[in-house]
Amino acid sequence: MSAPPSSETLRKTPLFDLHERQGGRIVPFAGWAMPVQYRGIVEEHRAVRERAGVFDVSHMGRLFVVGADAARLLRRALTYDVTSLPEGHGHYTLLCNDDGGIIDDPYVYRLDQQRFLVVGNAANAERDRERIASFVEPGMDAELLDRQSQTVMLAVQGPAASGYVARIVGPDVAAIEKRACTELPYMQTKLFVSRTGYTGEDGFEIVASIDAGRALWRLLLAEGVEPCGLGARDTLRLEAALPLWGNDIDETTDPYEAGLGWVVSLDDEADFAGRAALERLKQAGVTRRLSCLLADGRGVIRSGYPVLHGGRQIATTTSGGHSPTLNTSIAMAYLPKDLAAPGTALAVDVRGRTVPVTVIKRPFLRKPAAAPSTTSNPQPHDQRDKLAG
Amino acid sequence: MPSPDDRKYSKEHEWLLIDGDTATVGITDYAQDQLGDIVYVDLPEAGSTVTQFEKMGEIESVKAVSDLYTPASGEVVEVNQQVVEKPELVNSDPHGAGWLIRIRLADASEADRLMSAADYDAFTAAESNDGALGP
Repeated sequence: MSAPPSSETLRKTPLFDLHERQGGRIVPFAGWAMPVQYRGIVEEHRAVRERAGVFDVSHMGRLFVVGADAARLLRRALTYDVTSLPEGHGHYTLLCNDDGGIIDDPYVYRLDQQRFLVVGNAANAERDRERIASFVEPGMDAELLDRQSQTVMLAVQGPAASGYVARIVGPDVAAIEKRACTELPYMQTKLFVSRTGYTGEDGFEIVASIDAGRALWRLLLAEGVEPCGLGARDTLRLEAALPLWGNDIDETTDPYEAGLGWVVSLDDEADFAGRAALERLKQAGVTRRLSCLLADGRGVIRSGYPVLHGGRQIATTTSGGHSPTLNTSIAMAYLPKDLAAPGTALAVDVRGRTVPVTVIKRPFLRKPAAAPSTTSNPQPHDQRDKLAG
Repeated sequence: MPSPDDRKYSKEHEWLLIDGDTATVGITDYAQDQLGDIVYVDLPEAGSTVTQFEKMGEIESVKAVSDLYTPASGEVVEVNQQVVEKPELVNSDPHGAGWLIRIRLADASEADRLMSAADYDAFTAAESNDGALGP
C-alpha cells in the first residue's frame, strides 16, 4: 500500500468541499489545505477593491477567554491594554516574548466584561493558546476555550460588503462601527460579527457555527459576492501595508521597528509579557524601520530579495509582489533609519536585474474611511485612493 | 479544450508553430492557466540566439516566477512587443495574440523532439494539478 498523499495530512476547513466544488485551487498553507484562488487573483483582488469578496479564514486561531479575570489574564499576555477596551470593541495587539520579539499579532475583541475573543494566525494558534495559558495563576477565574475546529470564520470585505451582509444577516450589521463587534442571532445560533479585516477595505469578519457558516458562504456567493483565496488576501493586505507574521514580523523583529508601537500600551503599570524589554527598546529608539518600496521598473519584487543603496545591500525584502491596483511591484523591507525617508531612491536586485524603487509613506493604498450606514453625519471622505504621500 | 494541432509542444509547456524556415513560440493554455495572472515577461532580444530546451527568459505571474525555455534553436527575428506591454495577453490568448518570439530555425529536424497536440494533452492530463511548471 502506498503512503497517503501529503495533502491528506493537511487540515481542512468545514468549507473545503465547497471550495473544491467552486473550482478553488487548493494549496498547502500553515498546515492547512486552503484555496489560493478561484477565478484568478487579480479578478478577486479587484472584486474586493470595487465590490465585495468573501474569504474562508477558518484556519485562523479562535480562542475565547472567559471569566471574571479574563481581562487581567489578557493584560498579562498582550501588549495592548484590553482592560481599557470597551465592550463590543476590538483592537489589534501583539503577543511578545520576553525580549520584545513578536510571537504573534492577534486581534482581540471584548464581547462583554467577562468574554474576549483572540484571533491569531493559523501557524501560531497552538502557540498563542499555550502562551496565554502560561499566565493563568492559581485561583484565577479565566478559562480558555479553543473554538477553531467547531466554528467557521468568514471575512466579507469590500465597499459593498455591508449591503450584502445586511441582506443575509439583518440590517443591524450596518450599524457596527469600525473595529467594533457584536453577537447577532442567525439560524437558531449566534454569530460573532466584527467590522474588521485584512484588506484595507470596509468589511466584516464573522465567526459562526459550522452549519451557519456553510449557509452564509452559499448565500453570499448566491448574492454575487466573489469567492476569494489566499492569493488575493496577500495582494490586498500588501497594498494596505498590513504586516504578515512570518514575513514582515516575527520573534526577531520588535514592535517599534515594525511601526507597531501604537499597539504597545505602556501608560499603565501592568507587567505584561515583554514589557521590560519593550521599554528598553522604546528608550533606545529604532535603528531600522519597516518601509514601503514602490518599483519604478518592470519585474516583480518578491520576499527575500536584496535591497541596494549605491550597489551595496542594505536590507532584504520581507514581502513583495505585484500590486493589481497600482499595476507595478510593491514591497516592504526593514531599511536603516537614515535611508527610510519617503522619497529615498533605492534599488532591488530581482534575480540579477536591478529594479529602481522609491521609498514611500505607508501604506501603498489608502481608501476612504468607511462610515456605518446609520451615521447621520457622514465622515469627510478621503478621496486619495491611489498613492499615499 | 484540446490543444491546436497545427503546432508542436515541449514538456516545458511551450508551443512551436513552424512556417517555412521561421517559427513562432509561445506558452500553452495549460501553462497560462497554471501560472495565473501574468504580469511580466522577460524575453530575449531580437538578433540573439537561442538553443533548444535552454532558458530564454522569464515569465512572472502574481503567484510566482517561472523560466521560459525555447522549443527550438535559432536566431530571434521578432519579439512580441504587445506582450511585453500587456503581459495579460498571454492569459487571454496564449495560442494567438499572446505569442512570445519568432525565430529563424537553425535545424528543422529539432521539431521531431517535440510532442504532437494529442501527446501534449495526454502529458498535461497526467501532470498533477500542483501549479508546478517546467523542470
